[in-house]
Amino acid sequence: MTTYGMLIDIDRCTGCYNCFLSCKDEYCGNNYEGYSAPQPEFNQYWMDIREIERGKYPKVKVDYIPIPCMQCKNAPCEKAALDGAVYRREDGIVMIDPVKAKGQNQIVTACPYRVIFWNEELELPQKCTFCAHGLDHGWKMPRCVEACPVDALVFGDLDDPNSEISKLKDSGKYERLNSEYALNTRVQYLNLPKRFIAGEVVLADQPDECAEGVTVSLKQDDKAVSTSTTNVYGDFEFDGLKKNVEYTVVVEKKGYGSVECVANTRVDVNLGEIELRPE
Amino acid sequence: MAEKVFTSCTNCGPVSVYVKDGEVVRIRPLQVEENDYSPWTIKAGDQEYTSPKKMALSPFVHGERQRLYSDERIKYPMKRVDFDVNGERNPQNRGKSSYVRISWDEALDTIAGEITRIQDKYGQSAVTGMTSSHHNWGNVGYKMGPFSRFFNMIGYTQVFDNPDSWEGWHWGATHTYGFFWRLGMPEPYDTLGDALQNTEMIVFWSNDPDSTRGTYTGQESSIWRYWLKQKGVEMVFIDPFFNYTAAAMGGKWIRPRMGTDAALAMGIAHVWITEGTYDKDYLETHTIGFEEFKKYILGEEDGQPKTPEWASEESTVPVRVIKALARQWASKTTILSGGSRGGEGGACRTAFGTEWARMMVLLQAMQGLGKPGVSIWGTTMGAPYNASIWFPGYADLDGRMSASKAADHIPQNPVKQKLYRLTLPDAVLDPPVSWYGEGFCGQALEQQYSHFTYPMEGCSEVKMFYRYGGSFLGTMIDTNKWVRMYQSDKLEFVVNQDCWYQGETKFADIILPACTQLERDDVGEWGAAGGYTVDASCGCNNRVLIRQQKCIEPLWESKSDYEIFTLLAEKLGRKEEYTEGKSELDWARAFFEISDVPKYISWEEFDKKGYFMFPIPDDYKPTPSLRWFYEGRECDTPDLNNPKRLTEKSKELGTVSGKIEFVSQSLTENFPDDEERPPMVRYIKSWEGHHTKELFSKYPLALLSPHPRFSFHTHYDKHTAWLNEIPGHRIMKDGYAYWPVRINPVDAETRGINNGDVVRMYNDRGQVLGVAKVTERVKPGVIHSYVSSSKYDPIEPGKPNSVDRGGCISLLTPSRMVSKNVPGMAPLSCLIEVSKWEG
Repeated sequence: MTTYGMLIDIDRCTGCYNCFLSCKDEYCGNNYEGYSAPQPEFNQYWMDIREIERGKYPKVKVDYIPIPCMQCKNAPCEKAALDGAVYRREDGIVMIDPVKAKGQNQIVTACPYRVIFWNEELELPQKCTFCAHGLDHGWKMPRCVEACPVDALVFGDLDDPNSEISKLKDSGKYERLNSEYALNTRVQYLNLPKRFIAGEVVLADQPDECAEGVTVSLKQDDKAVSTSTTNVYGDFEFDGLKKNVEYTVVVEKKGYGSVECVANTRVDVNLGEIELRPE
Repeated sequence: MAEKVFTSCTNCGPVSVYVKDGEVVRIRPLQVEENDYSPWTIKAGDQEYTSPKKMALSPFVHGERQRLYSDERIKYPMKRVDFDVNGERNPQNRGKSSYVRISWDEALDTIAGEITRIQDKYGQSAVTGMTSSHHNWGNVGYKMGPFSRFFNMIGYTQVFDNPDSWEGWHWGATHTYGFFWRLGMPEPYDTLGDALQNTEMIVFWSNDPDSTRGTYTGQESSIWRYWLKQKGVEMVFIDPFFNYTAAAMGGKWIRPRMGTDAALAMGIAHVWITEGTYDKDYLETHTIGFEEFKKYILGEEDGQPKTPEWASEESTVPVRVIKALARQWASKTTILSGGSRGGEGGACRTAFGTEWARMMVLLQAMQGLGKPGVSIWGTTMGAPYNASIWFPGYADLDGRMSASKAADHIPQNPVKQKLYRLTLPDAVLDPPVSWYGEGFCGQALEQQYSHFTYPMEGCSEVKMFYRYGGSFLGTMIDTNKWVRMYQSDKLEFVVNQDCWYQGETKFADIILPACTQLERDDVGEWGAAGGYTVDASCGCNNRVLIRQQKCIEPLWESKSDYEIFTLLAEKLGRKEEYTEGKSELDWARAFFEISDVPKYISWEEFDKKGYFMFPIPDDYKPTPSLRWFYEGRECDTPDLNNPKRLTEKSKELGTVSGKIEFVSQSLTENFPDDEERPPMVRYIKSWEGHHTKELFSKYPLALLSPHPRFSFHTHYDKHTAWLNEIPGHRIMKDGYAYWPVRINPVDAETRGINNGDVVRMYNDRGQVLGVAKVTERVKPGVIHSYVSSSKYDPIEPGKPNSVDRGGCISLLTPSRMVSKNVPGMAPLSCLIEVSKWEG
């Protein structure tokens, strides 16, 4: 058996929008009978990009999360559809029948990922098909994957233990977007952004020298979570932190009074300059 | 799928074009048969890096189909309604009046008639014409082909292109290390392998290669930078904007005040000199003038030591950060990445930008430029590359039908008078104008010293302007001047020929519809500029030549540029002379036949297959950039235009001394008293910046206007509406696609600007609207808004200084040149104010 899936590595993605645009090229104005009706020129993004700017000047990060149809095993759209208008192929691809689905707006609203779009003119719900029409004609991958310059999108057969996607998944670090939906998606991610806490340590008696090698520890509920040292610029960063947690950052250097800062990861945190004074 | 598949090539990548019932339905990266690839592998430690078997296009190329059928295409020949060639011409209404469709016959008769009338009355020099760059790909159709062949034949006043985008390197760095034959940028060979094998750190200084992409080579190099990141190479980004490469790579972000990069560089040199962390032996053997430079840096010459404290005062970068950067740089094997092709970068497009570019070379000289892992490398070129198979690039003389040995005869332009693009409006409105330099000074350093005056004695002022393309309102400087120029009655006749409507198009009297590369026959190698960027396709992972096949018939009434000029030549009775009886396909074949490629594949097979993949030899021997110089050997790189290569001076650089010159011998000889580009590098305060107090108090924000990420100069913008849905490209507001204006929250708050507001950027030169993107990615005091809007949309059409809704920030940038003897543009020395637009 074949079950198609996609693994998206956020760390590789540079936000070039090749996936976004190649999808438009494939579908805008093009009818693939039995697969999909033409995508309108605007306002539908079968491969969307969520661009996220995090942190505060000058400790900033930018991430892009490409979002196609998640190809859920337990697809809510399939459950919401009448007359079998949404079905799953043998290879796991969730399809909206462009004829049967006419008028079925509830298919759009059933999707918690908001990746199904309503075509006003055709009165049709529409979404990514993993380029099923192409795969059935010998394509090895959907257009978005083909267009990716850095292999941030990997497509393949999840049932084949030798496929690249299976091997990558064996790394065990993959995760799902909004895993709380528990929909067993076949689109999965590596390196989804978490929260970070960053700052710069400055020595009050030597403001013109960067405070390299200062110990910075991160605590949660008085328990040590992580320890780091400042780099040549006196900068430190803890990345991959949980959201909505109150952490304490402790900065310590021999001969200087230690400083504690509280940081809540509701958002990413730049603690700014943390000044250490000699004891 | 009953589709026919054609091959073609765009500015930024080769494509397969799927056509159904005469209509393009899909455009994919070129589909190459698996065993046609000739992959390379770079071994670095225990890692191996192999070339990807795919073609990584720039994003906008995926919108080529939409651009092809865009409503913005010029569909028919058009005439301005109030232009009467036999009566009132109403030049004052250019930019304001509407147009009416006319027949090709009427259009061609009018143009041929005006060429004849004007040249008869005023002489050949009264006709001028100018192309935009990059409007399509392919040797046959490129701007230097049909256009130049036609105008050289009839005689015209040529307009020199200014070397735009790498001003400081062209006019400055050439005086430190030569490479004038590359217009100031270093040779690129095997820099990727060197980086992977030897480099510990990369300083990206005014460089966003993930956005500028080595100009033509798409996103082929993105994977290289991912490899380097994965390898743990440390990254530093010096840029007032947290650019897209920084966003992808991470690392240290250092944010100098705009226009002070040379001061920051000198602060670094000061640390190295005072701490002794530079390569003294190298300076002894490979450079001249260091002692004088050292005195200047230590303040022994002007009483002002260029300490980190001094540099911090200028640049706002903290003293400790300057010291830490200098020490890290000196202690690690470091690449300087000063612009997309090595040398480019906005910091060189400023007042006295020559000095920053010279400092970039000198800093790397202090660390032994050419040593393993110590290069000047933009990170977009330098893959393993087989240079032994020659195919002419579009800029090579042999790659143009106007100059190639592929032609039976080469028409010579008899007119000696010249114009210079940057001063063209002044030349028309307020002659005489004069300047130094022959535009692209790639033949010899001395070309920078030639002096020109317009009008030239014995020549006429220009009366007819034949414009091919229409980008300049969005790409040049202080471009309200172009509006005034077009409306001058001194220009009796203006033509515009293009595929799409752009900012300048509707200033013409007659508009001609050209077709795109998908609608005609051609041949072209991906990324191969040739000319002054020889072997540029080493920015691609796979070197490929494409038979650019005619995929569909020209749309509407458009015609290929070659056909248009053929028809005009026919009207002038010179068709045979122009065409030599050759069709476009004949020309394509002629270029193929003069190249080395027929040794590998026949024309017939190439024509049928659509592409040729250049093989890489199994025993490929890398020759890294400048290693020969470092090791004191003869130049072993294939750098074709290096004039000393294969001569008795082949161990030398292209400077007068053959060494890296801290004090330029060439400038000492030619401009010894120039205080604005002195023989030895200096830090000179900007003529438009924080030191120009009065102006700065009125316009306290510095405009940072780099090349755009999601369009290619003006190309694809406006004509590819899909791009309007990319929020980094344009921002939709009330149904209008505005240009983004990035502003720090601090600056936004003091001006009552919220994210998504329409704002007005303005100064004494112009007013431009955009939508505010409030972001932490830009330094306070800086506004980031890309140059190269294709859309010029004045609220009051035809009125110079009208508020522009389109986003042409070039209306705001100064027309003052880099310095008095350096006629380069300095658009990044531009002060503005921003306010919420209530209009």
